[in-house]
Amino acid sequence: MATYFASLDPMSLARALPGSVAQGVIWGIMALGVYITFRILDFADLTVDGSLATGGAVAVMLIRGGMNPALALIFAFLAGMAAGFVTGVLHTFFGIPGILASILTQIGLYSVNLGIMGKSNQAINVMQYDLVASLRYVTGENSTIFFFGLIAGALVLIGIIYWFFGTELGAAIRATGCNPQMARAQGINTGFNKVLALMISNGLVGLCGGIYAQYQGAADVNMGRGAIVIGLAAVIISEVIFGKFCAGRKMAFAFTLGAVFIGAIIYYIVIALVLWLKMPSDYMKLFSAVVVACFLAVPYMKGKYSKKRRTA
Amino acid sequence: MGYMLEIQNIHKTFNPGTINEKVALNGVNLNLNPGDFVTIIGGNGAGKSTTLNAIAGVWSVDEGKIIIDGVDITKLSEHKRAVHLGRVFQDPMTGTAATMSIEENMAIAARRGERRGLGWGITKKERESYKEALKELDLGLEDRLSSKVGLLSGGQRQAITLLMASLKKPKLLLLDEHTAALDPKTAAKVLAISDKIIKEHQLTAMMVTHNMKDAIMHGNRLVMMHEGRIIYDVSGEEKRKLQVSDLLAKFEEVSGGEFANDRMMLA
Ligand SMILES: Nc1ncnc2c1ncn2[C@@H]1O[C@H](COP(=O)(O)OP(=O)(O)OP(=O)(O)O)[C@@H](O)[C@H]1O
Ligand SMILES: [Mg+2]
Repeated sequence: MATYFASLDPMSLARALPGSVAQGVIWGIMALGVYITFRILDFADLTVDGSLATGGAVAVMLIRGGMNPALALIFAFLAGMAAGFVTGVLHTFFGIPGILASILTQIGLYSVNLGIMGKSNQAINVMQYDLVASLRYVTGENSTIFFFGLIAGALVLIGIIYWFFGTELGAAIRATGCNPQMARAQGINTGFNKVLALMISNGLVGLCGGIYAQYQGAADVNMGRGAIVIGLAAVIISEVIFGKFCAGRKMAFAFTLGAVFIGAIIYYIVIALVLWLKMPSDYMKLFSAVVVACFLAVPYMKGKYSKKRRTA
Repeated sequence: MGYMLEIQNIHKTFNPGTINEKVALNGVNLNLNPGDFVTIIGGNGAGKSTTLNAIAGVWSVDEGKIIIDGVDITKLSEHKRAVHLGRVFQDPMTGTAATMSIEENMAIAARRGERRGLGWGITKKERESYKEALKELDLGLEDRLSSKVGLLSGGQRQAITLLMASLKKPKLLLLDEHTAALDPKTAAKVLAISDKIIKEHQLTAMMVTHNMKDAIMHGNRLVMMHEGRIIYDVSGEEKRKLQVSDLLAKFEEVSGGEFANDRMMLA
């Protein structure tokens, strides 16, 4: 036991933290997308696991083809939107249940992503290209600028999403997610709004994939595996910790979106901590799944318990 | 002047060809003049809600035509015909979006049938007018514009739904037992608000109710449904003179004593 604790080096944890923050902010973009579908639209969208890799694949192949890495992100966003469009149409136009529609898209995207890259993995070297994000930047001499840029980017995204969901169109999407019957009675085309929300959400996921591929120096067909769980974890952690803080204040929604980023950062810090404690990394996915399952179960169990007490 | 609503021989069968097959509407015909306020009564499963849902376009009818103010809407989707209709449902949860604020709900209703673009969802000017409208309800809601609707009582939610239905003047207001889930005092209040809004905006309205007294007291016309048809239709002087006992007699005549286990109320 003593030797175990002696072997834990606090400095190595400290060295890991900046990387966790960077990863948290990047994956926070995907978590925003998950927030839009899971919380605003009330739709469990598993497209994410596929569209994240699609965004990465598109960005990497375009950069390898000579495109500016920042410009390539726009195409990663558009590719993600296309994936969301497919899920949306399968669900609204062809009447396939939401989760199943998104799984179909996800599975199909695996082949599409292989097709885009020509093989299962494509690298881009940060020495060769002027990437927007990279592991190297985290510890490099310009790390302050990198982190500043990441946070500024996150704030801009929060601003855009906050604005969009305050518009007439955004309000229609929120009504569609909250109460489709009411929405239709108010003349809102719920099918159209579902497709639109899925497109925006997966656009963000594709964008995240494009940035993350640059960050790790490669795109991989499996890079999105389990992404939905990470997104849900970020959303749920943010709600558990910041739910009370955000509720009821002015611009509550902007704070909620900001909290999603912090939730993603916390997730990656916890992961770093777990790895630092030398727990086997093979169990990481199981650990994530258990954490998300617990947090999802808590509100339900609470409700059940308090109902029992009331009727007793 | 033409009719505001023409229902021509509509039929609707649910789950056709299965053992759950149910003929819900079996040739309903009804014409409403502009400004008509018709109350609809009938036993459970008579087809009252189905008639209102057919008008609202929740699903398409098997046969027949529905025409509003001269426009055939039979083939239009639910959200497209919403521009003509104001709707309040039996369940107070149905008419509003619980996670959105009072003012956001109202702003959505004020844009019924309009294109929703990237303009801000609610303007300052609107907010003021909503405040005024809420004040008239006299439920203390005028100071709670940014409260989530989910925090309100059933009666408050129904009152807001009524207001929302009238923000953009509908050609037809559909009320489906919209006071049935409320306690008697709140129900009376919501009913009074309904009357007021219908009068003020000179709306054409249909109100389903299980309360015969209410059915007699409100509106200028009364229809009774039974087994997917309209079997009784009175208006004007004849309706004004109507007694609950007349309706009971009528009801027993068509249904043959089933009445005892029906939830139709005499109150
Ligand atoms: N969506 C549906 N699917 C299958 N059957 C339905 C559906 N809606 C209504 N029905 C059936 O159609 C018949 C008429 O129902 P409707 O709801 O119109 O009755 P109602 O007159 O409103 O009665 P109540 O007083 O109970 O509200 C009933 O037998 C009902 O079970
Ligand atoms: Mg009914």
